[in-house]
Amino acid sequence: MSIISPGFGGRRRSSRPDLPPGQYLTHDFPVLSAGPTPRVPLDRWSFTVTDELGQKTSWNWEEFNALPQEEFTVDIHCVTKWSKLGTTWKGVALDTIFENLESSADYTMVHSYGGYTTNVPVEDLLDGKAWIVHTFDGEPLHPEHGGPARLLVPHLYFWKSAKWVNGLQMIPQDEPGFWEEAGYHMYGDPWREQRYQGD
Amino acid sequence: MSSEVDGNALGGDLAEIFAVDLTGAAVTCGGCKTVSAVAALLVWGPAPGLVARCPECEDVVLRLVRAPGQAWLDLRGAVSVRIPLPAPE
Ligand SMILES: [Zn+2]
Repeated sequence: MSIISPGFGGRRRSSRPDLPPGQYLTHDFPVLSAGPTPRVPLDRWSFTVTDELGQKTSWNWEEFNALPQEEFTVDIHCVTKWSKLGTTWKGVALDTIFENLESSADYTMVHSYGGYTTNVPVEDLLDGKAWIVHTFDGEPLHPEHGGPARLLVPHLYFWKSAKWVNGLQMIPQDEPGFWEEAGYHMYGDPWREQRYQGD
Repeated sequence: MSSEVDGNALGGDLAEIFAVDLTGAAVTCGGCKTVSAVAALLVWGPAPGLVARCPECEDVVLRLVRAPGQAWLDLRGAVSVRIPLPAPE
């Protein structure tokens, strides 16, 4: 059920079938934050996957940038009702991150510098549906938008695309993250308007 | 810290949920145990929700999410909230 539209062209824009229910189009890039913007020096940046046994696999900035990079164009949908179509990013697919990892966990808790967390099922991170991105619109990702690197899971509401990402924890059972603990939906599908618990 | 405002930004939403003005209440941070007036908390938001942090250690002490017809108030980051009430006659 991929609703990503890589290589989005302007042709479909007039009828807007790519705008989920309740969303409006914006050409800005609004900044939403739950705390101060962490400033992470690249020589101290790392991304760590922790499996359900506690074993860790880490990449520093250099190692992360040596992984196969993808450039792609997707639509993003914020739970605060703005959508931005045809955004272009560059980064590493989660498929690449998971390539040599062995885990039977079905869920992940995404962790960020600054303490933010959000939960995403493993299957929503695989098959070209999610990336760790460091470049937006050809420029290094600005700290306000999550730089040096953020998660990007464009088929879910944008709060799942954790800014300042620094790790994934493999977990056997689904658990709520920062906003999911405080009323937001555990999954967050914009096409089913899963904004709040019970939607 | 461009979106930072202080705890007075919580006043309206809290007044709708509680019958008293809570901006003068004192909240004890679960992280560093510092006691702060609600009005002195550092606040981010309002969307996706209001996040109030301790002015001393920046730990989250309060989260408030407004949805149509309901609100979620998460106080797990606070040890306690001292609420001033009118003294009995
Ligand atoms: Zn504190």
